[in-house]
Amino acid sequence: MSEKFTVEIISPDGTLLKSETSEVIIPSYEGEMGILKEHIPLITFLRPGIIKIKDNEEKSFFVEEGTVEFVNNSLLILTSTAKELTDIDQNFIKNSVIEVEKKMSDNKLSDKEKYVLSYKINTLKNINQ
Amino acid sequence: MPSLDDLKKRIKSVKSTQKITKAMKMVAAAKLRKAQESAEKGRPYSQKMQNIILNLTKSINDPQNAPKLLVGTGEDKKYLCVVLTADRGLCGGFNSNICKLAKTNFKKILGEGKELNIITVGSKGHDQIKREYEKYVIKKFSFKDKKNISFNEADEVGKEIISLFNQNKFDKCIIFYNNFKNVITQIPQAQQIIPAETKNLKENNNENFSYEFEPEEDEILEDLLPKNISTQVFKALLENAASEQGSRMTAMDNATRNAGDLVDKLTIDYNRSRQASITKELIEIISGAESL
Repeated sequence: MSEKFTVEIISPDGTLLKSETSEVIIPSYEGEMGILKEHIPLITFLRPGIIKIKDNEEKSFFVEEGTVEFVNNSLLILTSTAKELTDIDQNFIKNSVIEVEKKMSDNKLSDKEKYVLSYKINTLKNINQ
Repeated sequence: MPSLDDLKKRIKSVKSTQKITKAMKMVAAAKLRKAQESAEKGRPYSQKMQNIILNLTKSINDPQNAPKLLVGTGEDKKYLCVVLTADRGLCGGFNSNICKLAKTNFKKILGEGKELNIITVGSKGHDQIKREYEKYVIKKFSFKDKKNISFNEADEVGKEIISLFNQNKFDKCIIFYNNFKNVITQIPQAQQIIPAETKNLKENNNENFSYEFEPEEDEILEDLLPKNISTQVFKALLENAASEQGSRMTAMDNATRNAGDLVDKLTIDYNRSRQASITKELIEIISGAESL
């Protein structure tokens, strides 16, 4: 029996990815989460981070937010901001970092917003390296 | 009987109208391809989102404490109708069909003595609705200057709906739009988005998943439900955009054909009266010569 399950990344502009995989790591709101076959049904949402899809070759997507559902061995990631890492260039990172830093300087932010933004900036900086 | 000059002018004007309708058809066809593509690509997202919500609805054990956006206020007195139409005309029955469906619903709602609020998206719909229902219209959106509809526009509408809901302005929210089936068929639709409609739930899908939630269920619902509203609005906008172009294409195709028929008819009239005047002149000349 294969140890694979289906994974789909869907954005409002179309289906970004649909394939079989053995392991997916998602940046869930409360921390990174690895998903293997036969995971129990799960609903969670994402914070900014990298989705890693491990198969023969590894694929990575940068996401800012999204909803994840795992049912019957199919993983569904709904997000409006997914971008494959190979499609991200330095300019995008630079601009996004500037934008986030600008937002961070606003003192009125709630803790939750700060939390999300800090993850976004960390992730972006890590791609940079 | 119009004079030859008049006929000539009419033929010319019909011909230039035909050129315009032909060009509009071409433009609509080009835009349709794009709009159709994005509508079709956007479908899975909204469908899956709806599915998750429905699954969640099933797994809720305590409807009393469930978020109101999901299960409704439990009352059925105030309605919010969101009518989504195009910003431009000349697209056949597209706008009228939506408005017709919406108006039938308005009548029903008002007939039952319930409160009605209307939000219009798109200026054409607003024009048609305000004739009869102006006092119910509380807000109008128009994205005329936007070339492509993006999620941001839908989000704007979605946020407005949610803020009205939080102010307790309505119990039920229905959106009206055209569902794009194919180029010649668009079906005007009424979809209830608050509370989430559960009657579409497939009966065979009776497995009850007990989901693991992370973080808490409430928090997820809090995040997901507003997103779902915007997503449904977005879907409606995309379907509408595709339907509008499809409808315009068919309408303009018909117009071009009708113009062609008219040109043929007018040309025959023109030739006939030209021949008539030639014959008349000949007769005059001949009878003039005979009388000499």
